Amino acid sequence: MEKWEDNKAWYLVIPVIIIVAFSAIIPLMTVVNYSVQDIFGPGERVFVGSEWFKDVLSDYRLHEALWRQFLFSGLVLLIEIPLGILIALAMPTRGWGVSASLVTLALPLLIPWNVIGTIWIIFTRPDIGLFGSIVNGLGVAFDHTARPLDAWITLMLMEVWHWTPLVALLAYAGLRAIPHAYYQAARIDSASSWAVFRYIQLPKMRGVLTIAVLLRFMDSFLIYAEPFVLTGGGPGNSTTFLSIYLVKIAVGQFDLGPAAAFSLVYFVIILLFSWLFYQALQNIGKGEAR
Amino acid sequence: MKIKAKTIGLAVYFGLLLLPIYWMLNMSLRTNANILGSFALYPHHLTFDNYLKIFTDKSWYMGYVNSITYVSINTAISLSTALPAAYAFSRFHFLGDKHVFFWLLTNRMAPAAVFLLPFFQLYSTFDLIDTHIAVALAHCLFNVPLAVWILEGFMSGVPREIDETAFIDGYSFPRFFITIFVPLIRAGIGVTAFFCFMFSWVELLLARTLTTTNAKPIAATMTRTVSATGLDWGLLAAAGILTIVPGALVIWFVRNHLAKGFALGRV
Repeated sequence: MEKWEDNKAWYLVIPVIIIVAFSAIIPLMTVVNYSVQDIFGPGERVFVGSEWFKDVLSDYRLHEALWRQFLFSGLVLLIEIPLGILIALAMPTRGWGVSASLVTLALPLLIPWNVIGTIWIIFTRPDIGLFGSIVNGLGVAFDHTARPLDAWITLMLMEVWHWTPLVALLAYAGLRAIPHAYYQAARIDSASSWAVFRYIQLPKMRGVLTIAVLLRFMDSFLIYAEPFVLTGGGPGNSTTFLSIYLVKIAVGQFDLGPAAAFSLVYFVIILLFSWLFYQALQNIGKGEAR
Repeated sequence: MKIKAKTIGLAVYFGLLLLPIYWMLNMSLRTNANILGSFALYPHHLTFDNYLKIFTDKSWYMGYVNSITYVSINTAISLSTALPAAYAFSRFHFLGDKHVFFWLLTNRMAPAAVFLLPFFQLYSTFDLIDTHIAVALAHCLFNVPLAVWILEGFMSGVPREIDETAFIDGYSFPRFFITIFVPLIRAGIGVTAFFCFMFSWVELLLARTLTTTNAKPIAATMTRTVSATGLDWGLLAAAGILTIVPGALVIWFVRNHLAKGFALGRV
């Protein structure tokens, strides 16, 4: 589908740019400003150039947190995207089941993030929590406050519980936007349900799935409140993700300069990977089934 | 047989999904001593004290009013600015279109912690601190780009022949957009409205930074349940259950648009 060439389309985009730039530009430039200065107090600051960036890039704790973060976001994408698509495919398309499924799906998404952590603390407690007592009742010693693996499992469960509905909702809306004519054509060709999925549904969902992958990548990479409340980054440092470490520096030690440099590095990593994902998803299957 | 397996799988998934929420509901109907005292699959002595406290204490229920106010303003702004922009991105090539499109999304990628102070300074300069419009505007930073992206995806799914036919038939752009195009992508608008509502509703850091008392969001009010004597689990659970309600209503209202989706026959 070739697009029309017309620079007047800018008029339709300008309101969006103004409203986003209002909140985006000045804070970003302020953070850039912090990142090259040593700040002692109001009016007392020294230009230090790239020193904070060098510090941050050679900080081994940051490297550890970064790898942890990649592992976490990778697992999140590998689990949530296929699961979300499966759920969307299994959901009813007519009748009362539609409303029921949609509302049910939305529930975990609507709980404030700090509360999610708190709910899961009590849900996984072995004495008074449902999950904790069932798992322990099965004879498995499970303790997310003491064992790193258990902490990771709990976090992943919470994360999958919390965010898979977002993927499912997007995928469902994408599926509903496929014109019936496509399915009719497939029925005439007596295509298998796998063929329908592979050559009609999946390509048609590319737009929403691109958004789902990018959203889940960005948000899981920036995850803060839920693990902070549930595990506090522990046991040890086993669930200290990038933003937990960042807050430690920015708020705990009030090192504004290094924290700002850290934020910018963090931002660039997310930017880079989002761009790669975006390009990859744009190019996959180009030229087939359009 | 295949359909049955699907339904069973979905039912199991929904069951698991509801468990933590059921547990929250269970806790919200019990007293703290009861919650911490023993394991109970369901509340043996129902108490509505936790809910009563929220509905009678002004500092509690105003949290909900504040959140609903700024979230509604935000959703309205996001949708009304994003609709024309998304149309431009899906239909036109123009100078810098790809860059602007991706730049929009980069606004969701910054870690919040260090940005809070500059945000506070910026909104202080405009004398907007502790107003609903401040939070609504600040949340546009991540909601407007999301709305543009989601809507663009849905709009690109609509064949361009529809636009061309309408223009040949003598429709003006605004009339075409509102009477033909918007109904065609109402599934997308439904999803977008819900997502804007949801992301603005659960965001805590910016909302808390930009407000003090008059526009304090419910998520910030809920952090008060942590006190020196420990967590007030029952109250927190009741407040948690109540935070789900407004969003559930939103998705209830947009559910038909989601489910019906694309209807070419209308043109």
